[in-house]
Formats: sequence, structure tokens, C-alpha cells
Amino acid sequence: MEIENRDVILRLLHQNGRLSAETIASMIGETPENVSQMIKEMEDERIILRYSATINWEKVKSERVTAVIDVKVTPQREVGFDAIAERIYRFSEVKSVALMSGAYDLQVVIEGDDIREIARFVSERLSTIEHVISTTTHFLLKTYKSDGVIFDDNEGDRRLVVAP
Amino acid sequence: MTELIDRLSKTVRDLPPSGIRRFFDLASQMHDVISLGVGEPDFVTPWHVREASIYALERGYTSYTANSGLIELRREISRYLRKFELDYDPETEILVTVGGSEAIDLSLRTLLEPGEEVLIPEPTYVSYRPCAVLAGGTPVMVPTVMKDDFRLTREALLSALTPNSKVLVMSYPNNPTGAVMGPEDVKDVADLAISRDFFVVTDEIYAELSYGQAHVSVAAIPGMKERTILVSGLSKAYAMTGWRVGYVAAPREIMQELIKIHQYTILCAPVMGQMAAIEALRNGDVERERMVESYNERRRLMVNGFKRIGFDCHEPKGAFYAFPSIVSTGLSSEQFAEGLLKDGKVAVVPGHVFGESGEGFIRASYATSVEQIERALERMDRFVHHLQPQKV
Repeated sequence: MEIENRDVILRLLHQNGRLSAETIASMIGETPENVSQMIKEMEDERIILRYSATINWEKVKSERVTAVIDVKVTPQREVGFDAIAERIYRFSEVKSVALMSGAYDLQVVIEGDDIREIARFVSERLSTIEHVISTTTHFLLKTYKSDGVIFDDNEGDRRLVVAP
Repeated sequence: MTELIDRLSKTVRDLPPSGIRRFFDLASQMHDVISLGVGEPDFVTPWHVREASIYALERGYTSYTANSGLIELRREISRYLRKFELDYDPETEILVTVGGSEAIDLSLRTLLEPGEEVLIPEPTYVSYRPCAVLAGGTPVMVPTVMKDDFRLTREALLSALTPNSKVLVMSYPNNPTGAVMGPEDVKDVADLAISRDFFVVTDEIYAELSYGQAHVSVAAIPGMKERTILVSGLSKAYAMTGWRVGYVAAPREIMQELIKIHQYTILCAPVMGQMAAIEALRNGDVERERMVESYNERRRLMVNGFKRIGFDCHEPKGAFYAFPSIVSTGLSSEQFAEGLLKDGKVAVVPGHVFGESGEGFIRASYATSVEQIERALERMDRFVHHLQPQKV
């Protein structure tokens, strides 16, 4: 029961990080104290890492540039890809790093003020890391949907106000 | 000279206009209203279903279908109904209709002779009574009460039965009360239907939206299939209200007659809706379950909220409506709903539009976002506590 509830709490918080423990408790038929306790535990276990907002940056005047970089690397004895991944993700401009199956190994998402800054990062920082074999850089042009959220504004409620 | 209106059908003129309509007009004129008055899912039809319909249009599926609907769809419906232990032959016992609404009309017109009595549990969905009247029947309302969680009891049914009772129209999970009928309740109804020899039209459009216990169909009880017309559709379970796809399942002897009305008045349900329905029934289980779970969470949130405000509220175990009593406010349903709309900016449906036994209650739909429900509950709380001084 506890495990099941934890899954539900995670799903609800992932959809809306601002839901209060009281609201969640009411929705799943638990006490607010228990829900708070479970959330606290999951924060302590670093299952819940942080609470953030999903933002459509294109609506605010933002000139920031995002690039998705496919990185091929040579895995190392004992640590595999982890050590190289760590050397990459420690750069503050790197937003995410994931190990992928398929044509390349690491998918790196970085953000910069302009294209030149990203180009500099790729050529001076990323490519020069030992065991990095190659990089392919893709610039992000437009986000349509991210983490389950559609960015288009025309998704409102089209129902009649009152209906049988 | 006679007025134009006097030359129109007296039966139609005598039908009362829908009480919901008046409320709709009121609410539509206002801004910043949170609506808990909507009788349909807040989800858009899942994309794979919409996409299948678009694809069907691209391939040129734009013609009539068989009167009873595409055979592929009837097969899917037949397969689907097995989950409720129902066995209907797709070739001869299933008819695809324009929503559950058409199905109700067809069923009553097929069964009724002028003056025969139609038992309708109350509070009731707004269509049954007018459909019964239009079919020449005489509606007999059977009150259900909060003390019984608005279930249709054997006692209530017994006290309404007469030698002239022809058909019972039941709909569980229920709109507006959210009531469900457990296996024992359904068995009681079936026993009476058999011993007192009346038909049952069972509208099971909300069957999938049952929380905590599986839906039981009265048609599945031995001896009931031959006296039951089952009405359902995809509107609620698959968030497909606007597609207008419903169906009737009935034994062959009834279907042979019933289908004639559909043939002559409707011809067939729209083909694009039928194509969408095939996709929904074949591949829609996961999305359906996800939506049901989400309703269930919001159901608890709303009912707990009403209890905190101080309303007496039975636990609605189906559909997506809560039906709290507002008697403690000293207002009638209509006064409450109108006041809440004007002063509290929340739209609910006053219970009396669902029949006299709905007086003292309001219907609030939780098919709206968590944020809206919470905001609506806050507004209602404020509205109710504002009322108290005036009461004394």
C-alpha cells in the first residue's frame, strides 16, 4: 500500500509540484501527515530531487540557445561510461547528460548565450576530453512538447459551461 | 385565427423545457465562472483515436454504413461486453446508434404502447422522462434517497409497481447522483423484473467509471437478457462525447423491431465516429484506465472538500458527479445554485432539474482540473459561510 501510494504521489507531484500534502492526501485517501512523511522520505532518498516549473522560454524574451550534442566515447575499464559522463556533466552549462543505445553514446544538452559560446564549448571543452571520439551538434529550434506538456496555447477547455 | 403554436403537437408543447438549459444561459453570460456543471469528461479524445478517424477520412471512408453499423465495430462491442459477462451476437443483437441518447429513444419506442407505465428512478438524467412521454408512455417516478446512497431498492420499486408497469429505465453508475448498484441490488431488480414481468432498459454509459468495485450489469443475470435492452456508448469511458457513438444490445427478437426505427429515422451512425470507436475499443484500454484513475483522485478531493464545508454528501462510487445535500443552508436547490453562481462564481446544477427527489441537492462534476476543484471549493466555502448570518 505504502509503495503504491508513493508511486501515485510521485505521479501527482510530477504533474504538479505545487500540490500540497493536504490536497494529495485528500485525492488518494491518506492522512496529510502520512503524505508529508512519505514525501520527506523520498526527498531524503533523493527520489525527489527538486520541484521546478515547466516554462515556455520562447514566450519570454530569451536569446538563449540550446544544443543537443551526440557524443561518441571510448568506454573505460571498470568505470565504463560513468567517468566520462561525470567529466562532462560537471560543466555548469550542461543541462543534461544521458547514456544512449544506438549510433552514439552520450546525449548532452547544453545551453549558452549564443551559437559562438556553444561552438567554443564543443571545440574547447567537450572534444578535448580524453576518450571523446566525436561530437555532432544539433541546435534546438522550437519546443512543441516537453516532459508531457504541450506548449501550444490552443488546448483550452472547449466544453459548454453547463451540460446534462 | 388560431395561433401558430396551437397548431403544433400538444405532446411536444407540454414537454417542459430542460431546466439545465436555463442554467446554461445564466452561466454563459458571466465571466470568471468555475464550472462544475459539465456532464462530460474534461479529457480530449485520446490522440490515437482522433488520428484513426483522420486516417479513415483520408482513405475515403465517407459513405453510409450498414444500418446496424460497421460489422468490425459491432464485433468489438460484442467482445468488449464480455467483460461484464454479457453475450451478444454482433450480427443480430448489436446496433450502433448516434450516441446513447438515440439508443434510449429507440428502446422506449420499441417497448411502449400508449399509456403503459415507465418506471424511472429519481433523481434522474433529464432525458428519460421526455423520451418516455414522446414514446406514448406514462412516466412513474421512483424516488431514491441519500440514506440508501441513491441506490434503487426493492422496496422503492415495489411501491411504484402497478399491473400497468411495462418497463424500468435504470442507469447505474448514475447521473446525477453517482450512485452504483452492487451485485445484490442488481439481483433484487432482476428478481422483481422476472416475477412481475416487466422489461428493463439499462443505460450503462458510465459502467467504466466505477470506483472500488466492478460494474455489474443487470443484463448478465440469468433470465434477464430476454427482457433487457442494454444502452451504452463510448462517450464517457473514452472521452468521446462529441463523436456521438452509442449502441444498443438486445436479444434478436427485440432488435429486429428496434432496428426498423433506426433504419427509417437515422439510417446509420456517422462513419467517422464508428471508425474512431473501433480504434478506441481495440487499443484504448490504457488511456481509459488512466482517465478513470484520474477521476477517482478528483472524486475523493471533491467529496472530502464538500464534507469539510459541512455538506452532507454520500459517497458517489461511480460516474463523475458528487451530489451533496445543501439543505443545511436553508436554501432551495435553485436558490443555492443561482446564488452560488452570482455571488460565488461557481456553476453547479440544482438538483431539482433531475426531478423532485433532487430538491435539496446540487450536482457537481469533478471532471475538471484539481486546481479548479480546489478553487471552486474555496469559493463555495466562502459563499456558504456568508449565508449563515442571514439564516438566523
